[in-house]
Amino acid sequence: MAQAVTAGHDHAHDHTPPFFQRWFNSTNHKDIGTLYLLFAFSAGIVGAFLSFGIRMEMEAPGLQYFSNPQTYNVFVTGHGLIMVFFMVMPALIGGFGNWFVPLMIGAPDMAFPRMNNISFWLTVAGFMSLVCSLFVEGAPGAVGAGTGWTVYPPLSSAGHPGPAVDFAIFALHLSGAGSILGAINFITTILNMRAPGMTLHKMPLFAWSMLVTAFLLLLSLPVLAGAITMLLTDRNFGTTFFDPAGGGDPILYQHLFWFFGHPEVYIMILPAFGIVSHIISTFSRKPVFGYLAMAYAMVAIGVVGFVVWAHHMYTVGLTLQTQSYFVFATMVIAVPTGVKIFSWIATMWGGSIRFTAAMHWAVGFVFLFTVGGVTGVILANAAVDRYLHDTYYVVAHFHYVLSLGAVFIIFAGVYYWFPKMTGRIIPEWAGKLHFWLAFIGANVLFFPMHFLGLAGMPRRYADYPEAFAGWHWVATMGGHIFALGMVVFVIGVVLAFRSKERAADNPWGEGATTLEWTLTSPPPFHQYETLPVIVDEPSHAH
Amino acid sequence: MGMARAQIRPATVRSFGGRAAALAATGLLGSAAAAEAAGTGQPVPWQMDLQRPVTEVATEIYNFHHLLNWIMLAVVLFVLALLIAVVVKFNEKKNPTPSRTTHNTMLEVAWTIVPVLILVAIAIPSFRVLRTQLSDPKADLMVKVIGHAWYWSYEYPEDVGGFKFDANLLEGDDQVKSGQPKLLATDNEMVVPVNKIVKIQVTAADVMHSWAMPSFGFKIDAVPGRLNQFWFKADREGTYHGQCSELCGQRHAYMPITVKVVSDQAFQAWTAEAKTKFARTDGGAKFADANR
Repeated sequence: MAQAVTAGHDHAHDHTPPFFQRWFNSTNHKDIGTLYLLFAFSAGIVGAFLSFGIRMEMEAPGLQYFSNPQTYNVFVTGHGLIMVFFMVMPALIGGFGNWFVPLMIGAPDMAFPRMNNISFWLTVAGFMSLVCSLFVEGAPGAVGAGTGWTVYPPLSSAGHPGPAVDFAIFALHLSGAGSILGAINFITTILNMRAPGMTLHKMPLFAWSMLVTAFLLLLSLPVLAGAITMLLTDRNFGTTFFDPAGGGDPILYQHLFWFFGHPEVYIMILPAFGIVSHIISTFSRKPVFGYLAMAYAMVAIGVVGFVVWAHHMYTVGLTLQTQSYFVFATMVIAVPTGVKIFSWIATMWGGSIRFTAAMHWAVGFVFLFTVGGVTGVILANAAVDRYLHDTYYVVAHFHYVLSLGAVFIIFAGVYYWFPKMTGRIIPEWAGKLHFWLAFIGANVLFFPMHFLGLAGMPRRYADYPEAFAGWHWVATMGGHIFALGMVVFVIGVVLAFRSKERAADNPWGEGATTLEWTLTSPPPFHQYETLPVIVDEPSHAH
Repeated sequence: MGMARAQIRPATVRSFGGRAAALAATGLLGSAAAAEAAGTGQPVPWQMDLQRPVTEVATEIYNFHHLLNWIMLAVVLFVLALLIAVVVKFNEKKNPTPSRTTHNTMLEVAWTIVPVLILVAIAIPSFRVLRTQLSDPKADLMVKVIGHAWYWSYEYPEDVGGFKFDANLLEGDDQVKSGQPKLLATDNEMVVPVNKIVKIQVTAADVMHSWAMPSFGFKIDAVPGRLNQFWFKADREGTYHGQCSELCGQRHAYMPITVKVVSDQAFQAWTAEAKTKFARTDGGAKFADANR
């Protein structure tokens, strides 16, 4: 790729603002990135608590902990919404995106620093609204929105007369507005503020992934906003967009939701694709294999991701022609995804690999994402989805790509960039132990869900027939192992802050070629007062 | 790809040969016992495979899923083998000096074209199975199914008696006495004749539900304001269970579906009894235009 010949980090004295000014009125991309990461971790704990409730209930048939199954539905809904909108997105986009896009492209900050701050606080406000929804009436006689993260009407309208769904809709509006502003910020920053000499085709892949992600956010979130606004007026102002009694159609909502919802899954995984490329390249001590193909594979995934939405709707009664098209279009996505998987392996091939904690997570990701990817190809076939739709097979599939995909790379990113962000070092043993517990735990947790789905177990069930008990018990045990890994993670972070050891500016050696490693660890409060200039490395002239 | 493809035909499924083929097919899942443990009409403990198919559509899904599973297993094992090779051969001890290779045009073309070919190979049978599923054969019997929060109701047309009834979850002592599985059995069952094409038209009265019957390879959403249609031809008598498959609120997990497939004579006897036992539809259940 490209190397900086001059990097301006001549700051002996940083003028950091006082506490309130610094953390509440922040305009600094690194501080806002830190806020996003802390927020994502906090929201993730709430989401994990909800999933713990789900797994405890599912350990055995019958109702153990939830006297009212509607409360279970509320847990499922809260878990989904929190993990998607308030954990994965803030961590990957708000957290790592804010921290490392400016550093990697040689920019002093984001293009719109104040807008960056409002993006963050809108996300926090959205989360507060979602938490409020858990404590007000939704369905008659029960608190909270138990609609699933998809918030399908009429369950979310006629089925939930209380204000809980309004709070949930408001939560999505607020965090969605925050994400749209963030997307505008990333697009402007990346297109206008790259260091001299850094053409788009020399830009690090994480910045590429954020550029594609930002466009997906910008184009898809307004559609969600429109859909939930229509839902809001259906609920409160007597419109009938989704109510057949007034000429509306619940299926319209599903089309609108999934026109957002499918790009959303790529919004969650594309930043992870970017991060994993850097980690693999760094620790293989090799440049990324097929850089341009890697960048344009992400663009292709983003573009095709917009025209496959109805594969979430094969059972709603679509025509043969419609279903055939969506089968075909969906399977096309496997091609650029395959290019990425094979290019990561080719990057490692011939390398001199150092198996650090971060590299463990990255290699684990490549394998587990492949597993999640192939079950995606199976589900893409409407003919088979007829059986598997809305079963635990789908739950297994999307947890393999998200919980073992996006979440694994969030941790990979933490272990990779923690020394850069804090100047501290998480002990390698903690990162590796955390990885093995998470790897084993998540597989024991989610692999049996394939079997449950094949056997016919439907999703979002508080109670189930005896026949499903065995694999559910196994899955819950896996959940405990995964949770144990989280304890190790927290211990690792605590040890890092207690230790006197300090990280070098570039702790990973010659393989780490992106600009953030030319700065101090942690970087100065304002970096690149003199912009770095990017020149082609002679060894890379091709 | 030269893989053993187990063909399950409904006619042979009970024969020893069919069972052996099923065993081979489930070998993928690592356990021969799993094939024995595949439920018919309901799941069984530790099941690792699809429920036994009893319709043509379900049989096609079963076979196609097994084909897909083999292809996908090959892909996963290939990636795993490459990763193991990388870990073993290219760690910093074995290979202290990294190569600088970043391009190999032939390789890059290959890993683009080969997946395309595999996907085309998948798409051809996929579209064939899809066409069977969404074909519209002439119906021998129409039944209208309406999803309610939280039970199903069924309406039979005038030519078999014109009656309607609700099917609620069988709970407590009733369930124990019936010997039917818990959370899968209903108080009244939908009864249909064997080897006859049955079309169901599905809608919902309040929120969305989904009528699913795994051993028929069948799932269709019940949407208020819409009439969805699907067909099946069960080729084995028996009692088959399914469950609501679209989140519909508090008792989503408590509105199962039970279908009894019986002989023609038994069906005649049942309709005769049902006519007197259940409420009459007003002038017969209303059906949408269909080839009857």
